[in-house]
Amino acid sequence: MTILHLLFGRLSVEALPFWEMLHYPSRQNVVNGAIATAAGAVVLGGAGLAVLLITRYRKWRVLWSDWLTSVDHKRIGIMYIVLAFVMLARGLIEANIMRGQMAFALDGGFLSADHFEQFFTTHGTIMIFFMAMPFLTGLINFVMPLQIGARDVAFPVMNSISLGLTAAGAALVMISLDIGKFSTGGWSGYPPYTESAFNPGVGVDYWIWAVSLSSLGSMMTGINFAVTIYKKRAPGMRFMRMPLFTWTALATSILMIFAMPALTVATGLLALDRYLGFHFFTDHFGGNFMNYVNLFWVFGHPEVYILILPAFGVYSEVFSTFSGKTLYGYTSLVLATMAIGVLSFTVWLHHFFTMGQSADINAVFGIATMLIGVPTGVKVYDWLWTMFRGRVRFTVPLVYGLAFSMLFVIGGLTGILLANPSIDYQVHNTQFLIAHFHNMLVPGTLFGLLAGYHMWFPKAFGFRLDERWGMFSALCFIFGFILAFFPLYGLGLLGYPRRTLDFFDPVYLPYMVAAFAGALVILAGLAGLVVQLLVSILHKEELAVPAGDPWDGRSLEWGLPAPPPEYNFSMLPEVSSRDAFTRAKEEGTAYRAPAQFHDIEMPKNSAMGMIVCVGGFLAAFGLVWYIWWLVVAASLAMAAAMVGWGFTRHTERIIPAHEVELAHLRWLAVVAVTQPVSRGEEASPSNAGLAVLETGE
Amino acid sequence: MLLLVVAPVLVATPCFAWRYRYGGSARYTPKWSFSWPLEAAIWGIPLAIVVVLAVWLWQSTHALDPYAPLPATGPPVRIEVVGYDWKWLFIYPDLGVASMGEMALPAGRPISLELTSDTVVESLLIPTLGSQIYAMPGRITRLHLEAYGPGLFQGQNQQFNGDGYYQQHFLARALTPAGFDAWIAHARSKGMPLSAAAYRAIEQRTTLVDARKALGLPRGIRGAVYFSAVPSGLFARIVRSFHDDSTDNPAAH
Repeated sequence: MTILHLLFGRLSVEALPFWEMLHYPSRQNVVNGAIATAAGAVVLGGAGLAVLLITRYRKWRVLWSDWLTSVDHKRIGIMYIVLAFVMLARGLIEANIMRGQMAFALDGGFLSADHFEQFFTTHGTIMIFFMAMPFLTGLINFVMPLQIGARDVAFPVMNSISLGLTAAGAALVMISLDIGKFSTGGWSGYPPYTESAFNPGVGVDYWIWAVSLSSLGSMMTGINFAVTIYKKRAPGMRFMRMPLFTWTALATSILMIFAMPALTVATGLLALDRYLGFHFFTDHFGGNFMNYVNLFWVFGHPEVYILILPAFGVYSEVFSTFSGKTLYGYTSLVLATMAIGVLSFTVWLHHFFTMGQSADINAVFGIATMLIGVPTGVKVYDWLWTMFRGRVRFTVPLVYGLAFSMLFVIGGLTGILLANPSIDYQVHNTQFLIAHFHNMLVPGTLFGLLAGYHMWFPKAFGFRLDERWGMFSALCFIFGFILAFFPLYGLGLLGYPRRTLDFFDPVYLPYMVAAFAGALVILAGLAGLVVQLLVSILHKEELAVPAGDPWDGRSLEWGLPAPPPEYNFSMLPEVSSRDAFTRAKEEGTAYRAPAQFHDIEMPKNSAMGMIVCVGGFLAAFGLVWYIWWLVVAASLAMAAAMVGWGFTRHTERIIPAHEVELAHLRWLAVVAVTQPVSRGEEASPSNAGLAVLETGE
Repeated sequence: MLLLVVAPVLVATPCFAWRYRYGGSARYTPKWSFSWPLEAAIWGIPLAIVVVLAVWLWQSTHALDPYAPLPATGPPVRIEVVGYDWKWLFIYPDLGVASMGEMALPAGRPISLELTSDTVVESLLIPTLGSQIYAMPGRITRLHLEAYGPGLFQGQNQQFNGDGYYQQHFLARALTPAGFDAWIAHARSKGMPLSAAAYRAIEQRTTLVDARKALGLPRGIRGAVYFSAVPSGLFARIVRSFHDDSTDNPAAH
């Protein structure tokens, strides 16, 4: 017993998802146990299948040296996005199960209270920390260095470590499907409910460590991106010449640096309460949960702008590129972006107007909240005027953009309503709030990230995504969203609370059924994305764009081969204006060979990211289950690796000039035989990534 | 007024996209990217609207401040609300009674609520009467309400607090003055004394249905529980118990 305890802490067979169902086979336990067991089997099965396929096709070496230990910002970016898609699938399936429960909830539904609570907690935690954050981090990772004319980010190994930390957090959320249970405290994890007095189990601990790992990773990402933008811009790439996406990346990075530590501190103090009997947020002995609430939202509010700003950056590129026109109001957009960044730190109290503070305080924070609406509104109008007198092409990213503009202002409208404390008192914690923030984050963040995925996929892999399936998926997401969330506004106005398992009044039923139907349509959209990817891979010869410029792009990355070489630029570009690549195409200076090629110094691969990923996961897993030897061993291993890495002298390798030259000339030869296409043929197989110069007037 | 900003986007977005579609015959000015009048409008109009809204917000926030007493001729009815997992206790300190599952209030008279929690954070809302406020352990929040006419309203907890959260409902009964007096009299005569033992049953993490069972009452889906002989100062002792950890059972004094 003691030996077992020493070895496994509080982990036992009871932690398996089917234990309860086998020992207490009530109808509800069997249904919930079956769902949980199936989910656990999907996780294990998926991992097993991946291992099997990699072994079968002998790809372990490729996986290790080309991906897992790679410090190339493009590959790290792609891995982030792969992670985001896996987590998106889980988050969406969970949403569907919850909406299914709600559609049948008048008869009690099929989920147990505990299971439902885990669902809304994992759904929120995953969508924020393990879907949206990795997605935007991946997109910035891939695009931003290319846009500013850099060869890599400022700290390539730290970049890999950030990915490792985020992946470890995600793995922790995934393993909780097979071993033990997840938190029931919601994505915000308010104490005292999450203190051990009320929740002694492993769930909250899983949540704490998953979120802590990812918040550390995100803070390091923020530092990395900000320094990259400050220090690694190509000659002539002044701040006011940077593409808007890079500007939003900068704003998001600054927010990450200042906001993520507040979360790390909040979860850290909560961990001290739970593990060592501290009293930061407990009911008794002087603890005060209000401090947690403030700390959490000092992170939490900037966080929503961390999520949305990169999407705004994508929309700026999308509207400008697919309207064939310079972005309207560049300076305004930059100012608005940075203003949002600053204001985002001044509004956190609007998450708890109902906590009993004075009307003066509430009113001040309410007004600050409405103020954010101004720069946000300016942005929407700037995109609108970007289309004005342009030549708008209805590609998948633009369709997402149009839907975003129209849906987002409706969300903004409800946001302005919620900003008024006297209205918030009525609808706080109701479905109205749920409808509002999904209205901001689905058309805002998710559509933006998906638009970015469609836009830059050909740059990353050298072939376009199938347009028809993309459009199917986009329309599913858009109309599914409308069907799933607009009814929730009505429910909220009726006073229907959030996080509620059951209801007794049939008046709610039609709203619930509509929302479930919408959720299913969204799920069809996800399926559409999977089919699109498979179809595109099958037809990748027809969809290939080796010349690298499938959309008549405007910024530097479109002047590179698709996919770009590891070192991005054969010769660092000289920038003399905004829309640098458009300028080069107009002046005829694009697709040239530099007069002379030089050796390029690139960082060597590093296993540090993987060591931190595995070590961080094991240490966190040990902490969750009180397996102390594992915590010590994993921490020591990470520390030793970190110290050892400090003594590594040769972290760079040289790519000789002749190799660079050869690759560049080979690409120019491809460009030379590529038929330039007009924008009318953009979606046809003849688009091989070379654009006809189309000027107006 | 907000529609001034929103409606143009809803209309112009599809219009612009279609009017200036690729292959259409509309004018094309790929380099046009700035206009002072336009800038002034897209910054100025939202800003002006926000200024107006800010004034409205300031006024309505103060006018509808839940802490501000409602205008009335007579003194308000005082109710002390305690949140438990997963039920509410309503104490009428001036009348010596209390109830669970049901809150009676005389229509047409202002109600002054003081709220606290004996467990985690909860949030009280009667959607029809409006104004939600947190109930927090060791702290007192306030809320002023008034029902304009008699009626039955659903009340609930809005802040998730565990497995029984979705069952933490109560009925708010707005009664005529005579009806309210009858309700009080009923509670006084038929209610059980709020003894230390009864308090121990209330403070367990149970739903109202289970609490009824623990109190030895017959099963009833949403049956209310009435208490007489409520110890005076109970509410204050519940609040204090979070600051002074020697207080074991606030009802045992």
